[in-house]
Amino acid sequence: MAEKMLMKGNEAMAEAAMRAGCKLFFGYPITPQTEVAAYMAKKMPKIGGLFMQAESEVAAINMVYGAAGAGARVMTSSSSPGISLKSEGISYIAGSDLPCVIVNIVRGGPGLGGIQPAQSDYFQATKGGGHGDYHLVVLAPASVQEMVSLTAEAFDIADTYRMPVMIMGDGMLGQMMEPVEFENLPKREVPEKTWATTGTQMKRKKNIVNSLYIEPDALEKMNNERLERYELVKKNEVKVETVNAENADVVIVAYGVMARVAKTVMQMMEEKGIKVGVVRPITLWPFPTEEIAKVAESAKAFLSVEMSQGQMVEDVRLAVNGKKPVYFYGRNGGVVPSPDEICAEIEKIVGGMK
Amino acid sequence: MVKIDFKKRIVVVGHYGSGKTEFALNLAFKLRETGEKVTIIDLDIVNPYFRTKDAEKELTEAGIDIIAPVYANTNVDVPALPPNIYAAFEKEGYVIFDVGGDDDGATVLGRFKGQFDAAEYDMLGVVNTKRPLTTTKEEIVESLSAIERVSRLKFTGIINNTNISVETTPDIINSGTEICAAAAKELGTSLKLVSALEEIADTINADEVFPIKIRLKKW
Repeated sequence: MAEKMLMKGNEAMAEAAMRAGCKLFFGYPITPQTEVAAYMAKKMPKIGGLFMQAESEVAAINMVYGAAGAGARVMTSSSSPGISLKSEGISYIAGSDLPCVIVNIVRGGPGLGGIQPAQSDYFQATKGGGHGDYHLVVLAPASVQEMVSLTAEAFDIADTYRMPVMIMGDGMLGQMMEPVEFENLPKREVPEKTWATTGTQMKRKKNIVNSLYIEPDALEKMNNERLERYELVKKNEVKVETVNAENADVVIVAYGVMARVAKTVMQMMEEKGIKVGVVRPITLWPFPTEEIAKVAESAKAFLSVEMSQGQMVEDVRLAVNGKKPVYFYGRNGGVVPSPDEICAEIEKIVGGMK
Repeated sequence: MVKIDFKKRIVVVGHYGSGKTEFALNLAFKLRETGEKVTIIDLDIVNPYFRTKDAEKELTEAGIDIIAPVYANTNVDVPALPPNIYAAFEKEGYVIFDVGGDDDGATVLGRFKGQFDAAEYDMLGVVNTKRPLTTTKEEIVESLSAIERVSRLKFTGIINNTNISVETTPDIINSGTEICAAAAKELGTSLKLVSALEEIADTINADEVFPIKIRLKKW
């Protein structure tokens, strides 16, 4: 057995990134993700890498843009208000077909909001954030160990499809400490970066990193080529965990720490004779639409539980597509729904069906 | 059973995430059992989550005074000290200073050097050898020396708090004891306590075992 360490989610992601070959980090501190930067600052110099605290989030994401263009494995991290500032740069990176990894340890919003955990950046992460037709692959870990494996995988996914990948956690995941190991991290064969701007050495045609296309036809062609890649991502990269969902009275759909609470609820309701299942999307984009549609054939109802006013619930409704009722329960602003609150909600749903 | 014999002013410091607050809380409850008055002061200017104030209800019920920054556990993300901190030095009984992590957190102690020198104090360094950057004797000495520099205070004891949360085994704790003792020697002090969850405390191979309970809320 590999030796385990006790680490905060934020530290574990930083360590996993370095082990996945990330030697460049550009960021700007913000609670509750600052440990990512603090850990990088301490360790990057020891492995011959570079940690840089930029003068702002806007500068940091544009440094990521530059490094990604040169073909480096590069990462940045922030929390909600900082990701809003980075959104312009993220759109440019997506429009230039460059790979990078962006971490969002979500806190309560909107505006400056608060520093306690939230999931209210789901829309921003999965439906754009920046402008234009583009997507990020959005990974949603539910434990510190999963933050490690998904961080390592994020770099390979980014390189494979030449697109930015976001790891979306919340303040609780970032701050909590759990035992972790770093052996046998996921690793894929990734294509060579023949497009990187590393100097022609007079041996090849020059590479250009660009998101500006003056001719509408040219822009549409680029965008449609990207769309084909998005279809591939949808086909190949969906990750979801389904527990106890078949014929369930109520299936809770929840991601991140909320999925852990949902599993507690599942056990509590079993004692009361109500069958609760859990569907945990691990990729928020691409969303596990097919898996949820399949569950909808036998389950009686769905309950999306989120630390928001109801964002993922829209994708759950689209996936269920009217076959079964879809309910929502959430708290926001940094408040985490308790198991008791969710149990009461389920009893209401089941009571209404009888 | 280990003898708990500390001065009336106890400063608890250590690496970020070493378990300082858990230890400080457990020490507070233990000292309260002696019948002496006990006050615990949250001096953490670094960490926004998992703080002394999370255990406020239990502390108050046990008759332990708590002094915390006004804004602890709210959304106000500013490093602030409790306004009534100077009064702490005048308090009767034991006063435990729960300080933020690393030299960043310990910087706050520097300004109270005069008060600490006037009173007699113990400064305890809490170490978890399963935390990154404090896994070896050399790393521990580097981390704790930095705390001595900024606090302008000297360590009088080291606490082995080695653990990996719920998966901790006696072997893991014992491996930390050896490293902590070596680091303590290098720092010119000694290993004072080895903390272990009370369920496994009996199986630990050390004279200084200090049985602890998890006091901070687990969601």
